[in-house]
Amino acid sequence: MDFQLSEDQRDLRSGVREFCEGRFGRDRMRALLDTAPVPGMVDRALWRELADTGFFSLRVAEDAGGVGLGVAEAALVYEEAGRVLLPGPLVATHLAASLPGEPGAKAAAGDAVVGLIEGDSWPLLIEHLDALDCLLVLTDEGIRRVDPGAVRGVRVAHPVDPFTPVTSVDELPVGELVADALVADQWRRIGAVLTGALQLGIAGRLTELATRYAKEREQFGRVIGGFQAVKHLCADMLVRTELARAAVYAAAVTLDDPAVGDPEVAVLTAKVMGDDAATRNGKDATQVHGGMGFTWEVDVHLYLKRAWVHATQFGGAEENEEALAATL
Amino acid sequence: MDLRYTEAEERFRAELRAWLDRAIPLLPAKPDRNDWPGRRAYDTAWQRLLFEAGYAGLHWSVEAGGKGATPTEHLIFLEETERAGAPYVGANFVGLLHAGPTIDAAGTDEQRRRYLPGILRGDDVWCQGFSEPGAGSDLASLRTRAVRDGDDYVVNGSKIWTSHAEVADYCEMLVRTDPDAPKHKGITWLIVPMDTPGITIRPLETVMGTSEFAEVFFDDVRVPVANRVGEENDGWRVTMVTLSFERGTAFVSEVVACQRLLRELAALAKKVTRRQASAWDDLALRRELGHLTAEFEALWALTKWNVSEAQRSGVPGVGGSVFKLRFSETKQKVYDLAHRLLGRAALAVDDVAGLPSGSLMDERLSSLSYTIAAGTSQIQRNIVGERILGLPKER
Repeated sequence: MDFQLSEDQRDLRSGVREFCEGRFGRDRMRALLDTAPVPGMVDRALWRELADTGFFSLRVAEDAGGVGLGVAEAALVYEEAGRVLLPGPLVATHLAASLPGEPGAKAAAGDAVVGLIEGDSWPLLIEHLDALDCLLVLTDEGIRRVDPGAVRGVRVAHPVDPFTPVTSVDELPVGELVADALVADQWRRIGAVLTGALQLGIAGRLTELATRYAKEREQFGRVIGGFQAVKHLCADMLVRTELARAAVYAAAVTLDDPAVGDPEVAVLTAKVMGDDAATRNGKDATQVHGGMGFTWEVDVHLYLKRAWVHATQFGGAEENEEALAATL
Repeated sequence: MDLRYTEAEERFRAELRAWLDRAIPLLPAKPDRNDWPGRRAYDTAWQRLLFEAGYAGLHWSVEAGGKGATPTEHLIFLEETERAGAPYVGANFVGLLHAGPTIDAAGTDEQRRRYLPGILRGDDVWCQGFSEPGAGSDLASLRTRAVRDGDDYVVNGSKIWTSHAEVADYCEMLVRTDPDAPKHKGITWLIVPMDTPGITIRPLETVMGTSEFAEVFFDDVRVPVANRVGEENDGWRVTMVTLSFERGTAFVSEVVACQRLLRELAALAKKVTRRQASAWDDLALRRELGHLTAEFEALWALTKWNVSEAQRSGVPGVGGSVFKLRFSETKQKVYDLAHRLLGRAALAVDDVAGLPSGSLMDERLSSLSYTIAAGTSQIQRNIVGERILGLPKER
């Protein structure tokens, strides 16, 4: 057993971090938000750069033109995406890259922006609809492909996460079945772990933002991070992040090598702990920032809002906790 | 990242399992909680069995008489012994996990020869004399004095929260040898035989109504200078070196035990009823159990993470406080849930109506100490905030 990053995994992580911070630094993130929004909030040029870096083809076999890595490596990449708040249906397009034929190839190459929605719940809110080339619907009998142009709905004027526009839909076109129930089940698991990884990145970044502010901001003649009441909030954020990290990485490794554990329990745990860390760290980071934490200008709310979006994907706490209880 | 055990690790596990199958039935009946001589005899009998089978001092260095096992092998050992229902380390705790490693790291050859074999064989039981009534979280402010008099130190003062004091042979002790030096610089580490004249032991009754530890008074107790481990006034460093030997395995048994407990609580929930309905029908309760399942699954993953880190680097990471903080608070939540699940049966610290209220309520009471013992949660948060996040120190 060696449950630590390998040297290759370390290199991958630092490479992806460099890419993310270089290509989607704070200035570009705020520009997309405040001055130059694009339809569906998916920047096509950036999307192709993500594809070139392997964001979507990471797990596609090498002889099929992919990178040939596992869920563990994908989790490291998506954690970095979470840290910089990369917008767009990243996990959906990544999953779609494994589809056979043209749809998979286009997703892998960054030529298609692919959305995903779980068809068995109501209300139906589709993310990034205006940017989608393809919409996939997860159902119990498999995955259906729907033409996004045929979807009729009402675009929500004020999405909670300004980077995640949503459209409310009454009914989805039936579409065509492109993968069976077994694939759908596997997608749910990988999707949950990679979304947990995005949450992990968000949780870690929020811990850094709060800690940095606590070291700078002075009141009563000292930095506020010296007060236990503030210090302990930051400590709790770190603890949540590290617990989520262990859970997300363990689930990713277990999907790559199912003999090392119970994939079902590992995946549910990764999503529950990731959601918990990101959303609660969002609340605590807001608190540490005091009045500034309530402003649009400070990034904390953007991370919290994204965490709320991810918390509804691939099972919320309600379903996942109940599913875990059923394993006892 | 690899969660697969190596062939050698799997072989170690298989051999251990086979031995546990044979050894567990040889154990005597478990003694009553208040029967301290009985508890000592039971715990040391287990240590003797481990010694004879070659499992004693697994994590100790080979030079000290141990096995020099890797942190992963230690994790496997603790996991398998817990799953097999083997006794906990009990009365052997201080000797095996603290005094022994300290003597190995900082003692003389003579001290190693004299004290280490008795710990490994289960002959000698050690207790710890660190905390004092006036020195808890602020341990370095301890005031028990040791004054040099010829070849002896003369010790006066009192220690508190000393487990197994009544049945211990030796006490590992921190004393103040230089009251004028800064508080961390005037402390010395001594080995004190518990039969030395001048030692008085007063059991402390806990909230459970039993005595889990004692207060120990020292009245002109003469301790040979030869019993000093490390240099005079260097005791704080000696202690810290040993504490840092923790390799991520401290809570392995307890995490395994909590995972089993959650399954037992699920079974209990299906048995008890509220207004004619099974408690299990309550979605809120199932979600709570599900969340705790995730917590312990994650804590188990974090254990493997920390153990692997220690195995790679040879030194422990900073993860100990992170783990202790979350684990102790989460374990407390499990017993809080057990308490509520018992309903009116929680009025009994004995089994009633065929329900396990005796052990659950006893442990529920005990759980109040988890976030206090071995560094309160508040101190752990200071450590995480200051040593990991780099926030300003308290003082």
